[in-house]
Parts: sequence; structure tokens; C-alpha cells
Amino acid sequence: MDRFSWTTGLLEMGETLVIQQRGVRLSDGEEKVKFDSGVLLLSTHRLIWRDQKNHECCIAVPLSQIVFIEEQAAGIGKSAKIVVHLHPAPSNKEPGPFQSSKYSYIKLSFKEHGQIEFYRRLSEEITQRRWESMPTGQAMQVNKDAQSGRIRAVGIVGIERKLEEKRKETDKNISEAFEDLSKLMEKAKEMVELSKSIANKIKEKQGDITEDETIRFKSYLLSMGIANPVTRETYGSGTQYHMQLAKQLAGILQTPLEERGGIMSLTEVYCLVNRARGLELLSPEDLVNACKMLESLKLPLRLRIFDSGVMVIELQSHNEEEMVAAALETVSEKGSLTADEFAKLVGMSVLLAKERLLLAEKMGHLCRDDSVEGLRFYPNLFLTQS
Amino acid sequence: QAKYKERGTVLAEDQLAQMSKQLDMFRTNLEEFASKHKQEIRKNPQFRVQFQDMCATIGVDPLASGKGFWSEMLGVGDFYYELGVQIIEVCLALKHRNGGLITLEELQQQVLKGRGKFAQDVSQDDLLRAIKKLKVLGSGFGIIPVGGTVLVQSVPAELNMDHTVVLQLAEKKGFVTVSEIRESLRWETERAKQVLEHLLKEGMAWLDTQAPAEPQYWLPALFTELYSQEITPEEAKEAIP
Repeated sequence: MDRFSWTTGLLEMGETLVIQQRGVRLSDGEEKVKFDSGVLLLSTHRLIWRDQKNHECCIAVPLSQIVFIEEQAAGIGKSAKIVVHLHPAPSNKEPGPFQSSKYSYIKLSFKEHGQIEFYRRLSEEITQRRWESMPTGQAMQVNKDAQSGRIRAVGIVGIERKLEEKRKETDKNISEAFEDLSKLMEKAKEMVELSKSIANKIKEKQGDITEDETIRFKSYLLSMGIANPVTRETYGSGTQYHMQLAKQLAGILQTPLEERGGIMSLTEVYCLVNRARGLELLSPEDLVNACKMLESLKLPLRLRIFDSGVMVIELQSHNEEEMVAAALETVSEKGSLTADEFAKLVGMSVLLAKERLLLAEKMGHLCRDDSVEGLRFYPNLFLTQS
Repeated sequence: QAKYKERGTVLAEDQLAQMSKQLDMFRTNLEEFASKHKQEIRKNPQFRVQFQDMCATIGVDPLASGKGFWSEMLGVGDFYYELGVQIIEVCLALKHRNGGLITLEELQQQVLKGRGKFAQDVSQDDLLRAIKKLKVLGSGFGIIPVGGTVLVQSVPAELNMDHTVVLQLAEKKGFVTVSEIRESLRWETERAKQVLEHLLKEGMAWLDTQAPAEPQYWLPALFTELYSQEITPEEAKEAIP
């Protein structure tokens, strides 16, 4: 402990704070000393310890004095420690709390934990030896201008305290949030259990449940985000909400569909509708469930699913099969086309262009040439020229 | 017999009434939770993960519907549904470059760029959850694990186990050759070629016939040098319907 010097604890110019930890006790080798409870600060140049109760009591040792460091795991009733082995004190060392010591190492006891990160950072600093490339003004260390010293001491202490408080506040907020979340989930779980119980009753009754009750039950499930345990339908399908949504969509999508040749993929619709809404967006499932109801509600749009699984919304007036005839003409004019080329020509998305060409192929109007150069469609001469 | 039927009806009615009441109570609890911690969900990706995991454990999907309590009161839905839109747009814009395959890292970078400086942070977990929801739209969104990372597929191309395994093999260097496939996977040349040709046809792989030893099949999705190359205005136009 005789390697330490008294210090104001203020950082020099070119010296940066790396990490700090509260609740650290210093020991001189194996012996306890009066430095029982303090904040340990690691800078690019020094290891600083300040008494938590008496901020005037502040000591430091240059990192250049460190030979090597060791970790000591915590035990029963004992905190984790870092053992710091030090070079002998230089003759021109500034006065400190101890003139001599029989030990060549000190121990840092982390009573409030934090040793893992501190050890890591300390190792880094010792390895990087940043103090060598960032000389500090020695003159400043000697400057004992009481007035400015006091003010600046208050400054750094104040900042440290604020940081510490903020950290504690954040930690407290998060743990409170998690606690509240757990309690909330317990209640949610009860709702899930109840819905299963009701679903069982419905199964037992085998259809004696009224239409009204079914609708009510479905809307409860929708609110909670619980899958329908009876039919295992996707979440909340066939509810009032989705019916209303379907009607809304019919209104919103009429013009965009007309502008796009009467057909749009469901992903396009999803983006269009949600961009327009800005808030209270639709989930993908909301959209799909609403679209499934379009036909039964006799709305002027319908949902269509291609063989590939691609889902589109079409105007009722749209006839994809007719479009195929037009596509055949276009392909014939050009001799052959890929989906990309066709899409550019006609002004469609590549996804839908491909679907149309595939449909034309399915109907026998086109045939394919599938090579590494790409998938190319030709008019089906086998059909027309037999 | 009629009496039994009646009893049955009454029982369900009672339980529905009970559920209705409990639902109201739950709504209030959720409101309280939201008033205290709504910020936490929006700002803290770790908290979102915890939240989602807990929901999954009890059998609740908070992202099923925008009309659900979770979405309405915690705003958790809007966060993910909007992210879905951004993911779709990025994938569309880049599809002609990578054939509809993109690493989760690159997707994250591009999405964050699009969101701007002041938007909330988006974690890879967030992206994965949003993508899982997009699957239902039928346009081929899917997730393919490949070694150290994850590829996001955004086209309805059929990729089976064989394709996936070759993608995994290509992950390290960004390209793969027929010889490498034969050696590592012990496949016949024919099988290797079929898989590689499928990837070529889908635009997910490019062929470099000028390579020294033998032709190399490159996966644009795995080119690290191409990461965070700006999306050009032409590409952006492609993305917005």
C-alpha cells in the first residue's frame, strides 16, 4: 500500500475514465487497512480509490506500477477480489497514506460485485499502456489551487453520483418491468386456461352452442391472441372485426387495383394498406382473414391463391384467363419472353408476371425452356400447329 | 333430454360471461402495465424478447391481430407490422441482385438505414419475428439457417434440403464448386449440378466460368463486399407498389 499517493481525484488532461465501481475495499497484502468502503476508478493512467463517506480521502497509483494482476473468486462470506502486484515505489513518489509496506501487492475486494468487468478493463489498460502515448501534465497534479480544485472536485463527484443514480434507476426500472410482466403473464395464462375449458364444453355439446355465442367466443380469443382451440382455425378468423375489415378493404383497394391491371399480390396490399394507415396497423393474419371473407360477403374483390402459394387480390371483374390470351399475344410478338422481360413490357411486378405466364403454361398456351439462362416461355406451337 | 341440453347451454353461457368479465379485468391490468412500461417495449430489444418468449410459453400470440389487446395497448403490434412493411420493401428492392435471398445481417443493415437516425433500434430477433408473421401472406417468406447466420428468403422459390445444404456449404466463402460439394457432401456430380442449376435459374447464384480451376457458383446473398451498398432509386421504385 506504500505505492499509493494522495490525490485530488481529478483527471488530468489526456487522462480518461475507463470504468468505476462502488463498494471496493483495499487491503495491504493480507492485512486490512482503513480504506474499507470506496469507489474504485480506473483511468487510462491510474487506479484511483475514493472513500465513499469522505470524498476528500482519495488515493491513486499509476498503472505503470502494476506488474501483473490476478483474480480471486468469491467464497462463503468473502467477496471476489483482484490481486494487484506492484513494482517498488519510485523514490520521487508523491506522499501517500503509507511510508512502507511489507507486501508487494494489494487486494481489491468487490463487496458490491463488478469485478469481472473491472478485471477485464484493467487487463486491457495494462496491456494497451495508453498512458505512454498520452502524457499528462505533471504540473497540474501539483497544482493545489484550493478554490478551483474544490469546485472541480464537486463537478466530478456530482457527475459520478448522477451516473450512479441513473444506472440504479435504469436497473430498478427494468427489474420492476420484468416483475410486472411476470404478474401480467400469470393473469394471461388464466385466460388461456379458461378458453380451453370453454372450448371443451363446446366440443362436448357438439353444435348446441348458438351462433351468437360462437361469435362472442371468437372475439374474446382475438383480443387475447389465443388460437381457436375448437376448430384450430387461424387466430380470430371469421369474426365481426374481419368482416368489417373486408368491407373496408373493398373500398380502399378499388382504385389501386384498377391502376394495376386489376390484380395485386397480398404483400403489395399489406404494404399499401399499412403505409396508408400509419397507426393501428393490420397484422398479416388480419389481412388474410379479412380477404378470406371477401367472396362470401359478395364484395367486388376476391382472394385467389395460385399453385405456387402466391396469394393475390383481384377485382371481380378481372379475368386472369382473359389476361392470359393477351399475354400469349405479347409473347408471340416477341418470340419468347422471360418473366422479367414480360413484367417490364407490361408494367407488372415480376411476381405476378411469372404467375400469369405459369397459368398460360398450365392452360396449354405457352411452353417453357428451363435453362441456366433462365426460365423462358414460348408460344405452344405443339398445340397450335398440330 | 331437453333438460340436459338446456343445462349444457347454461354452462357455456356462464363460462362465456365469466370470460367476458375476466377479459375486462385483464384489459385493465394490461392498461396499467402499458402506462408504466410501454416505453420499455419500444426501446429495449431484450425486453421484447422476454415478452415474446413469455407469451409463447403460455400460448398467446401478441402479434396475431392488430385488434388484439397486446397490440392496441402496448403498441407492440405496430412495431412489428411496420417492420414487416420495411422488410418487404428492402427484399423487393434487392431481389434482382440476390434472387430473393439475403442474410439477416444485411437485411438488418438495410432496414436500419431506411428507418433513419431517430428511429428505434431493431434487433435480429425483431426481424425474425416480423418475418415469421409475413409467411402467411404467401409470397414465399422463409428463414434458412446457414452456418453462422440465417438467410431470409422472400420469393416463392422451392428450396428443399439439398438446396439448403449447398447454401450452408457456400456460406464460408460466398461461393461453391461442384468438387467441393462432391467432397464435403459425398454427392454424385449429377445431383450437385441439379441443385446448382436450380439456384442459377432462380437468380440466387451466379456462374463464374472464368475461375481458374473449375467454374465457381457465387451466392450474391453471401458476398460480404456487397453489404450495405446503397439501394439505388431504381431499386427503390421497384419496391413500392
